[in-house]
Amino acid sequence: MRNSSSENFANSPSTDNAVDGDSLTVEQAIANLESADLGLRFYAAWWLGKFRVCEEAAVKGLIKALDDEDDKTPEGGYPLRRNAARALGKLGDQQAVPALIKSLECSDFYVREAAAQSLEMLGDPACVPTLSKLLAFGLHGEQLLTQQPDFSQPYDAILEALGTLQATETIPLVKPFLEHPIERVQYAAARAMYQLTKEPGYGERLVHALKNDNLQLRRTALADLGSIGYLPAAEAIAQTLAENSLKLIALKGLLEHQVNQTHPPALSAGAIKVIDLMDSLL
Amino acid sequence: MKWRVGRSHCVAEVPPHPPLPTPIIMTDIQKLIRAVEQADSSARLLEAVERLAAAQAKEATPTLIAALGYNNPGAAVAAVDGLVKIGEAAVQPLLELIDDYNYGARAWAIRALAGIGDPRALNTLLEAAKTDFSLSVRRASARGLGTLRWHELPQEQRHLHQAEALEALQLACQDPEWVVRYAAVTGLEALAIAQPNLTPQIITQLEHIAQTDVDLAVRTRVLLAQQQLQKSLVVSNN
Repeated sequence: MRNSSSENFANSPSTDNAVDGDSLTVEQAIANLESADLGLRFYAAWWLGKFRVCEEAAVKGLIKALDDEDDKTPEGGYPLRRNAARALGKLGDQQAVPALIKSLECSDFYVREAAAQSLEMLGDPACVPTLSKLLAFGLHGEQLLTQQPDFSQPYDAILEALGTLQATETIPLVKPFLEHPIERVQYAAARAMYQLTKEPGYGERLVHALKNDNLQLRRTALADLGSIGYLPAAEAIAQTLAENSLKLIALKGLLEHQVNQTHPPALSAGAIKVIDLMDSLL
Repeated sequence: MKWRVGRSHCVAEVPPHPPLPTPIIMTDIQKLIRAVEQADSSARLLEAVERLAAAQAKEATPTLIAALGYNNPGAAVAAVDGLVKIGEAAVQPLLELIDDYNYGARAWAIRALAGIGDPRALNTLLEAAKTDFSLSVRRASARGLGTLRWHELPQEQRHLHQAEALEALQLACQDPEWVVRYAAVTGLEALAIAQPNLTPQIITQLEHIAQTDVDLAVRTRVLLAQQQLQKSLVVSNN
């Protein structure tokens, strides 16, 4: 369904979501990555990711944008690099991996966060050593730093990537973050630990988080449970006090995880239960 | 549990009404309404709306409709439950107020209309499924188009309106959002069971989705719909 030709792209259903009729062509967007107007560069990087323009020139242009020095905020942030890093994850082209690994060492926190998320999407374990190094910034040996809360690294994005990449060798680094003072980071650690060990206890921690008083954290736990496809959470997800659209996305994660585990794809009892819950939330 | 319509009998029946509650005198309803209006935390609001919804009183309709717009998902779920229980008496107020809402509340209102299943909501559901910019609204209306209580319409109108619903659902099957396509599949399943004349056409449509949809969840829902239709064909042939 995704394709790279600009002609087909014009018919893509995704264009329904284009903002305020501000339409670009693929060629323009790629050219704009090097525009003198920094705003156009920034927008082009976002746009290429949003519409998943997987053309060679787009990937090359975005990789180049990861080294941009022109678009810099007074605080030292790199807005264009952030957008480029996010877009490269969506494009799914593996040639971005080395440049994204390098971006994990960028001085801008949000560039590092975007790079970790995109490396998770690209799924190449080559980034594991660098991710582990970043995670170790939060540790003293196998314990969290005593000075907390520690906001120095995008720990949640790093933990999620390590879990998705099945980096079981990092379990000793991941585990201490279950006690991190920031709940979002705890959840990311639980999610990763579940993916790395398949121990239900970690899934149950996330189920428990669905009852958190804070709506934002309930939403985070929903997303985490959807990502790990933890079937025993199905009923609790449906009952969570949150938007139906988010519960449906979480249950979709459970359903697809279930179906992928049966060969050939078939409707297990678990899958049917999830479908019933989804139907009730439509 | 939230309002639910079982898959196998979704169109033909109204969800059974629970036994009538013990009569509550007006002042009690007013107290419950006041508790909703005066709730000063989201937990209290949720509790107040749940209690008002449980009273199943027509007079609660405006307050429950207002609760759809409080940006409190728990309270909105409870309010939808309450409105579905009130049923027909809530339909006209929901239809009148639907345009005044922000899209979040509109999705809940559409959900309430879908849950009630009153055919008076047909045009609103058709319009919402085809044109609303909010995916939650399109999702709720696609679901509702399948589960309307079609038998309440005179037969000659029924066929015409079911064809309109089919057209809107076919469009929804091409929606860019997976959840709208998923909801459309549930709508198609329900419509095929309600109107056997449309079944062959819907079966073809489902086969097409099974082969082309990019989302595994949508294709999986098709698989279940196909099984359900198979079962209902077996039942109707016996």
